[in-house]
Amino acid sequence: MRSNSYIFAFAAAVCAVCGIVVAGSAVSLKDRQDANQRLDKQKKVLTVAGLMEVGEEITAQEVQKRFSENVEVQVVTLKSGEIAKDIDTATFDQQKAAKDTATSAQAPTNRAKVQRLPHNANVYLVKKDGQVKNYVFPVEGKGLWSTLYGYLALEKDLNTIAGLTFYQHGETPGLGGEVDNPKWKALWKGRKAFKDGKANIRVIKGQAGPVDSAPYEVDGLSGATLTCNGVTALLQFWLGEHGFGPYLTKVKG
Amino acid sequence: MAAKTKEILLDPLFNNNPIALQVLGICSALAVTTKMETSFVLSLAVIAVVALSNVAVSVLRNYIPASIRIIVQLTIIASLVIVTDQVLKAFVYDISKQLSVFVGLIITNCIVMGRAEAFAMQNPPLPAFIDGIGNGLGYGLVLMVVGFFRELFGSGKLFGAVIFPLVSEGGWYTPNGLMVLAPSAFFLIGTFIWILRVFKPEQIEEN
Repeated sequence: MRSNSYIFAFAAAVCAVCGIVVAGSAVSLKDRQDANQRLDKQKKVLTVAGLMEVGEEITAQEVQKRFSENVEVQVVTLKSGEIAKDIDTATFDQQKAAKDTATSAQAPTNRAKVQRLPHNANVYLVKKDGQVKNYVFPVEGKGLWSTLYGYLALEKDLNTIAGLTFYQHGETPGLGGEVDNPKWKALWKGRKAFKDGKANIRVIKGQAGPVDSAPYEVDGLSGATLTCNGVTALLQFWLGEHGFGPYLTKVKG
Repeated sequence: MAAKTKEILLDPLFNNNPIALQVLGICSALAVTTKMETSFVLSLAVIAVVALSNVAVSVLRNYIPASIRIIVQLTIIASLVIVTDQVLKAFVYDISKQLSVFVGLIITNCIVMGRAEAFAMQNPPLPAFIDGIGNGLGYGLVLMVVGFFRELFGSGKLFGAVIFPLVSEGGWYTPNGLMVLAPSAFFLIGTFIWILRVFKPEQIEEN
């Protein structure tokens, strides 16, 4: 039988050593992890803006090069639609801001079930030859099981949709998870987001048909009605008055 | 000694497989096996954690006070799992995102603690290390087999490379939706155990 003091000393030593190992690995790998996270976000923005193919294998340098050459990051104040000049775009993290009570507010009740609305949000301007080609907006909202996080890209008329992509969700694979299906994502291109100034784009049940005959509708995913309703709700929320509505009005002039 | 080492290493693959015989660690085997790539990385992570925790526990086995041995083992295992998670996040970010919480859940994987308590507490570091590798491999083997069938029949791919072109992408194969859902792993693990016991009847429990 060991003495009590030995047991305490042993426990303390084990804790100290394990603590040092864990803290050491977390601190020493932090830079790499942050870089990965940034890179991941940049890749998604490039993909939705059509500057990178889905599944294309490119190096980190290439991603950074394409991003810095073609994309301008803005931080805008959602309520006013103004650009928030006092915020550093390089360090601004919208998801962190949405969690912090100092930089976010309780969202008004909404069908997208967004709980907290950050005061400021990112907008990515995708440029070609110095001209803005696309506007990319981060969007999020509840599907069936999970919150879907994604990006919506609009053409420079701020009405025609250039693409929609979700980078994080936990919907049922094969059903709601089909929001990742490239065929379904391709259906969004060319549809119109607004009708008479109101966000009107929606996912319907069944087939919507070609862009010309159904400019505001996208095919539903069979077996995933609730995920589809979630997508409709989150797009209408973020394009509406509490989301990027004021910003869109400002830019359109 | 050489024969014994081989036995320690290979025994857990078929004769004493942690999933098939001991039925441990099923939870993660259901969750991450929709693709071979994630199965493979989780297998590697488990092998690393079991082997290292076995070594650490074995080195300390004569110093660990019996009254607090479980919590000491748990502390060591939890630390190793966190380190593994950090390493995956830093070096294979995409895969670690898909594995999500399941790397962290290695802590609750009974295989790790089971081996620390059953083997590493009584044996010197080298055999303990080999035992850890062996059990990790036994676990990984089942994961890879399940992942193989689920990815092939569920999405027509292996390691992300197209084997059966899907109807929705212009090919001929209609994927089996059950395979991408967790219950299919139950059927596959059950079938695996069944086939294994046809060849090794001594594993059948007596009623």
